[in-house]
Amino acid sequence: MKIVGFLLGRLLQLVPVLIGITAVAFLLLRVMPGDPATLMLGARGNAEDIAALTRQLGLDRPLWQQYLGFLGDVATGSFGVSIASRRAVGTEMLERLWPTLALVGLSTLIAVVLTVPLALLSAVRRGGWADQAIKLVFIAAMSMPAFWLGLLLVLLLSIALPIFPVSGYGDGFLGHLRHLVLPSLVIGLGTAALTIRALRSSIIGVLGADYIDTARAKGLPERAVLWRHVLRNSLMSTISILAVHTSWVIGGTVVVETVFGIPGLGHLLVASISARDYPVVQGLTVMFALLVVAINLIADVAYVAVDPRLTLAG
Amino acid sequence: MSAAWDERWRRMAGNRNLQVGLAMLLALLAAGAFGPAFVRWDPIEIDFAAALQRPGAAHPFGTDELGRDVLARVLAATFVDLQVVAVCVVLPFFIGSLIGLASGYFGGWFDRALMRLVDVLLAFPHYVLVIAIVGSLGPGIANLYLAFALVVWISFARIVRAEVLVARRAEYAQAARLLGYGHARVMLRHILPNVITPSIIFMMSDVVLTILAVTSLGFLGLGIQPPTPEWGLMIAEGRTFLQDAWWISVFPGLAIVYVGITFTLLGEGLDDFLRPKG
Amino acid sequence: MNVAADRSSLLEVEDLRVRFARPGGDLVAVDGVGFRIESGEVFGLVGESGCGKTVTCRSLIRLFGGSAPSAIDGRVRFAGRDLGALSAREWSALRGSEISMIFQDPMTSLNPTMRVGAQIAEGLQRHRALTAQQARAAAIEMLGAVGVPAAERRHHEYPHAFSGGMRQRVLIAIALACRPKLLIADEPTTALDVTVQDQILKLILKLRSDLGMSVLLVTHDIGVVAQTCDRVAVMYAGKIVESGKTAQVVGRPAHPYTRALLAALPAHTRRGVKLRPIDGEPPNLAQPPAGCRFHPRCGFAVEACRAIVPPPVEVEPGHRSACLRTQEIG
Repeated sequence: MKIVGFLLGRLLQLVPVLIGITAVAFLLLRVMPGDPATLMLGARGNAEDIAALTRQLGLDRPLWQQYLGFLGDVATGSFGVSIASRRAVGTEMLERLWPTLALVGLSTLIAVVLTVPLALLSAVRRGGWADQAIKLVFIAAMSMPAFWLGLLLVLLLSIALPIFPVSGYGDGFLGHLRHLVLPSLVIGLGTAALTIRALRSSIIGVLGADYIDTARAKGLPERAVLWRHVLRNSLMSTISILAVHTSWVIGGTVVVETVFGIPGLGHLLVASISARDYPVVQGLTVMFALLVVAINLIADVAYVAVDPRLTLAG
Repeated sequence: MSAAWDERWRRMAGNRNLQVGLAMLLALLAAGAFGPAFVRWDPIEIDFAAALQRPGAAHPFGTDELGRDVLARVLAATFVDLQVVAVCVVLPFFIGSLIGLASGYFGGWFDRALMRLVDVLLAFPHYVLVIAIVGSLGPGIANLYLAFALVVWISFARIVRAEVLVARRAEYAQAARLLGYGHARVMLRHILPNVITPSIIFMMSDVVLTILAVTSLGFLGLGIQPPTPEWGLMIAEGRTFLQDAWWISVFPGLAIVYVGITFTLLGEGLDDFLRPKG
Repeated sequence: MNVAADRSSLLEVEDLRVRFARPGGDLVAVDGVGFRIESGEVFGLVGESGCGKTVTCRSLIRLFGGSAPSAIDGRVRFAGRDLGALSAREWSALRGSEISMIFQDPMTSLNPTMRVGAQIAEGLQRHRALTAQQARAAAIEMLGAVGVPAAERRHHEYPHAFSGGMRQRVLIAIALACRPKLLIADEPTTALDVTVQDQILKLILKLRSDLGMSVLLVTHDIGVVAQTCDRVAVMYAGKIVESGKTAQVVGRPAHPYTRALLAALPAHTRRGVKLRPIDGEPPNLAQPPAGCRFHPRCGFAVEACRAIVPPPVEVEPGHRSACLRTQEIG
């Protein structure tokens, strides 16, 4: 019950941000030089088509009216109408939501599985060869473009060694899972590169804390000290570090879904950009921001659950 | 005076990250500038007879589906990508730093409004915004510059603002104001030099992020257009031939990784150099 | 100072030297320190900050946080056992069950994400084969013994629900849960309010009698030592300059430094008042002064003090001082 109250409180705080998000998405594509309808039709449009499209999309109305219209669309969940498919943008997005969520989820899982042990190792054996080696590997990983890493993994694990499928989304839960492994690895590796550095710093900080002295002075074996005292206190940092990188992870889905043919939101974004399906692009922009906000909110709830010093009230 | 220089020299001497980073950067610039002259193949010339050759003596990186030498193309793309990245980093750096400086210095409604804006903009993954802008404006270098300028300035603004909030309370800033110097002068000549360091260090990371973003726009066909060689574009072109001619996509990627490592090391090295700890 | 090996002593420290590697040159933080602590006695180690008393304590149980020393030499015997060559496993068995230590700042010495009772029970479960039930009961009992009211309820709580003084009590409970023979208390009251300091010291003394253990009390406040310790050693710049029974050292100080410490106290011993600084600064231990380390700040210094490191001299039975002019001072 308290959690519901907490969430409602936070949502209330977020309302200005949410409105701001719709405003930014709305304005983004309207403050660009050039008339939107012309941009959408590109070189192919003649004056008549442009006029028709302008009327159809309500682009001839005053800006504030258009914005209110858009807000209304967002509130009802339709997010406008796709030019290409004539369906509500919201419907298109909903269909594509799950693959993206699955991708984000699996990527985060991979990132966590990589980050925690490697950060711990680097921190405890600070300055040693393991620390240096991990650092070097992840400097390289961080510098690899996602689309290239994806292709590389496909080359190695789909073509050279046919373990994973090359692209597509597959059928059924297991099928989906198999198809998501490589793309999640790509995003997960990139994320881990960033989060390992941050968690390592945090663990080093914890290792220097006085209560670690107390734990050792009790006669606890080092493993118990690390597990029960160090890691527990780094959990908060882990959550916060992951939350900070949410934006990065979600942005990463755009290219990765395109490379691997995963029918998610990112793939839709690229497709609708190519098709100049302007309302879909706008709706997706809002959607991505909403995802980031939602995940950060979940992280906030997680903090409170994990840290006894925080209460749901504060 | 010379003691300060000795100190700097000592810090440079022990700073392996900075040394290796600088060396790699020089090698990169040299490769971009002189490389094409040393390779006897033209990066754009088509020669179907030589298509899809494996890496070998004649073509160290192989050839692509149009018979173009991959090494020549990778080298030729170096300055193409680096130039775009440079502008896409430096432009937001200037815009963001100045805005952050003003915001932190003046405070008040301007600062509050800016922070609201930043809160909202932070919710958007940078890449989504960039691709949305580029996507609707159409491909072309100018649009790329515009997109990055509009989106990335926030990071620099936040960093500089945070530093300025601390700096404006410092004695030297208060002293300058007491002496009657105008706001602009205090901001630009007194505060700015002291707050710009984290921003500069962040620039190095931003180069890495930007090269990844720029090349992925190229990959999606939204960035620099063919036939200009561009690493992302080359990787996209090689995708169809991944199974039979992996070299077309792999080598340009390695070039990107090289740039990323270079600037990561430079960033760390600069961090140690400009902000020595302990 | 070196002491003759006494088989009845609980702790014997002989010629302890602790060296730290530093970029500018090695630093010898503890230079030839020796003392012994008998069963059941409260032994005080007093000196300014930086004199090496904390490093001494930590060297006894080999517990260094971030910066470990490059070398620890000398002999430490505990209950007849040489502590020089213990393995990590042996140390882990020894700490908490035979020798315990409490540290200076109670606000940061407890794990903020673990309930207080669990932190006490943890040590019990590690050293004694107790079930979770038994450990919990013992923890509650311990909490009561250190004077935490409503122990039954409070042992479920997290450290942030406790004040500084209460946290120190919890730390004492953790340290004494397994009835160690020796408690090392490094400035246990420095970070606490004056009113609370008294309570904590009384608590430590009470527990000492109840449990029959020894206490090594480290402090910069010679007033504290005067009230609580049976015997005391005064430390300066990594060396022990005077040692003996408290009544002897405080009543008849035989070293200029001890005299200065005592002179700095107001007449009505107000505990918790930091030492009024003596003229000058403690020396840089990377480059200590030649001869007697105190000579630059000493009112009694003569030429010889610059050249000779004064050997400890017995002023009266059990009372030693390392000063060339000790006979004139005492």
